[in-house]
Amino acid sequence: MAQMTMIQAITDALRTELKNDENVLVFGEDVGVNGGVFRATEGLQKEFGEDRVFDTPLAESGIGGLAVGLSLQGFRPVPEIQFFGFVFEVMDSIAGQLARMRFRTGGAFNAPVTIRSPFGGGVHTPEMHADSLELLMTSTPGVKVVIPSTPYDAKGLLISAIRDNDPVIYLEHMKLYRSFRGEVPEEEYTIPLGKADVKREGSDLTIIAYGAMVHESLKAAEDLEKEGYSVEVIDLRTVQPLDIETIIASVEKTNRAMVVQEAQKQAGIAANVVAEITERAILSLEAPVLRVAAPDTVFPFSQAETVWLPNSKDIVNTAKKVLTF
Amino acid sequence: MAANNPAQLDPMKTLQEIEEKFEMFQILNEEGEIVNEQANPNLSDEELVELMSRMVYTRILDQRSISLNRQGRLGFYAPTAGQEASQLASQYALEKEDFILPGYRDVPQIVWHGLPLWQAFLFSRGHFMGNQIPEGVNVFPPQIIIGAQFIQAAGVALGMQKRGKKAITITYTGDGGSSQGDFYEGINFAGAFRVPAVFIVQNNQFAISTPRELQTSAKTIAQKGIAAGIPSVVVDGMDPLAVYAATKDARERAIKGEGPSLIETVCYRYGPHTMAGDDPTRYRTSETDSEWEKKDPLVRFRKYLETKGIWNEEKEAEVIEKAKEEIKEAVKKADAAPKQKVTDLINIMYEENPYNLDEQLAYYTEKESK
Repeated sequence: MAQMTMIQAITDALRTELKNDENVLVFGEDVGVNGGVFRATEGLQKEFGEDRVFDTPLAESGIGGLAVGLSLQGFRPVPEIQFFGFVFEVMDSIAGQLARMRFRTGGAFNAPVTIRSPFGGGVHTPEMHADSLELLMTSTPGVKVVIPSTPYDAKGLLISAIRDNDPVIYLEHMKLYRSFRGEVPEEEYTIPLGKADVKREGSDLTIIAYGAMVHESLKAAEDLEKEGYSVEVIDLRTVQPLDIETIIASVEKTNRAMVVQEAQKQAGIAANVVAEITERAILSLEAPVLRVAAPDTVFPFSQAETVWLPNSKDIVNTAKKVLTF
Repeated sequence: MAANNPAQLDPMKTLQEIEEKFEMFQILNEEGEIVNEQANPNLSDEELVELMSRMVYTRILDQRSISLNRQGRLGFYAPTAGQEASQLASQYALEKEDFILPGYRDVPQIVWHGLPLWQAFLFSRGHFMGNQIPEGVNVFPPQIIIGAQFIQAAGVALGMQKRGKKAITITYTGDGGSSQGDFYEGINFAGAFRVPAVFIVQNNQFAISTPRELQTSAKTIAQKGIAAGIPSVVVDGMDPLAVYAATKDARERAIKGEGPSLIETVCYRYGPHTMAGDDPTRYRTSETDSEWEKKDPLVRFRKYLETKGIWNEEKEAEVIEKAKEEIKEAVKKADAAPKQKVTDLINIMYEENPYNLDEQLAYYTEKESK
């Protein structure tokens, strides 16, 4: 098995699906010769040609429109939005058009589109590049939203996303692109969308997280273990739809839960998870379900990023409140 | 110094020269006379009669739709009278395999392209079956977001190019639509990829109440295409022969791989913006209305065909009768559509329902069974 970074796993998944299905098209700003600003599409144009992997003019709404139109001609578009902070420019194509394609046409047309985009803090980008805007997507009925946290998951989830017959927003945390390597099979494999993964088993507390916060949560779990607590960490992997079964089974086992998100507290994937737990498992709970999230300001200028972003210490502090309630 | 380097800056002159080039193209004048024999598309008598029949039919459809709307038997409706040449003569220049992305006023084109009329009525009524485009009918449901169809058209046309199809994509918006970012992105993408697309801007003088001159300081909308590097023309949108010829010409170039075109059809909507309370007397005068009515596409085409001896009152009465009959049948068919349920809608969200929709499906199945 190969050792890959997350970005290598993503490139590998794109290559796999470009090979498997001639309807797969990869396009966006600078994805061709340049291989993408993060090199996610490195070498793909050379390997598959300009017809399959191509640069577009610089306009996100246009890229979204191309994806809509190409899917009407039976293609399986995989456009890249260069940074997810630019998603506002393409909101109509995503929320107004792609998300409603199957619905508006009563199933006559569908949009098997996967929009890939880098997001996430901690890498000192300029403004409007790093925001966690996944809530804009999860509050849009009609799209699925996937956020991998490991190279292995990144490949399997991206292949599933591309094969899915409905639109998928696939968000790639910039800090995880090259921060570590993991084992990734060279052959193709899929990870079902909508399935969470228990990244660490435990019996005293369930921490539910996604993206970069999975790693902060794992760090926190290790620290808590030293103090005698056994902590389970669930990586949502798909934030829309949620894997309710896995979450509830874990909460019923540990009787205590908390949710960690990198986004602002008001941008509530975590709030949604808390609500689901409350509706479905309140009698199993021995403590309130607390949240760790970023403050409700605009994403900070980069010098304040490290304090602004939730980290393992914030998680440990909140975990103790839940554990000792 | 390069040979073509101007002696001094004169951007005003450049603009003036470009704008002067955009004269309105006309073949059939208001009197029904051919004023541009050279450009006459020379449709056969049979084709002329067919195009006239479609325009008469569609005028009746508009009148019936308005009256059905007033009786509460139709929902959202955007009147089409005045735009028959612009809408139908451009569609008439297409082949079945060409793909149409309409705006919400462009229901007639997709009906003549194959969408059953009863489905168009269901779209108006807000029933999901209205947009269930039948297999083999190459149209997309009417676009609601102004201009979004322009970027999508670039995508459909790019798909056609990749598939090596001998077909084009055509899309419609209005003078207001040409102010949207998606308008510019659409024509620019299409030009950059050199795709087989035809962009039609039906300049009907008002975007709801906002007059054409408030949309842009550009003298014509067509000249905006020049900035995207695509051939663009202004045609008399009340002249079916000019609209037909311009569309046919653009289509031929697109098929030959010469890329997209932009056509501005200068026309007028006689009715309100939609039937949902718009009152045109608030923003335009009856004098303007009557000036435009003198340019009516049906009137001039009727004169032309009558002079040729291929159209008369009986023929027109026949078409009107047929239209009324078919509209009645289509309304009946629309009435017979099953009542729309929330459970139907839940089931068309995704290929497979996620847990939340599954749970909600169970709830609404119970609720709707009562």
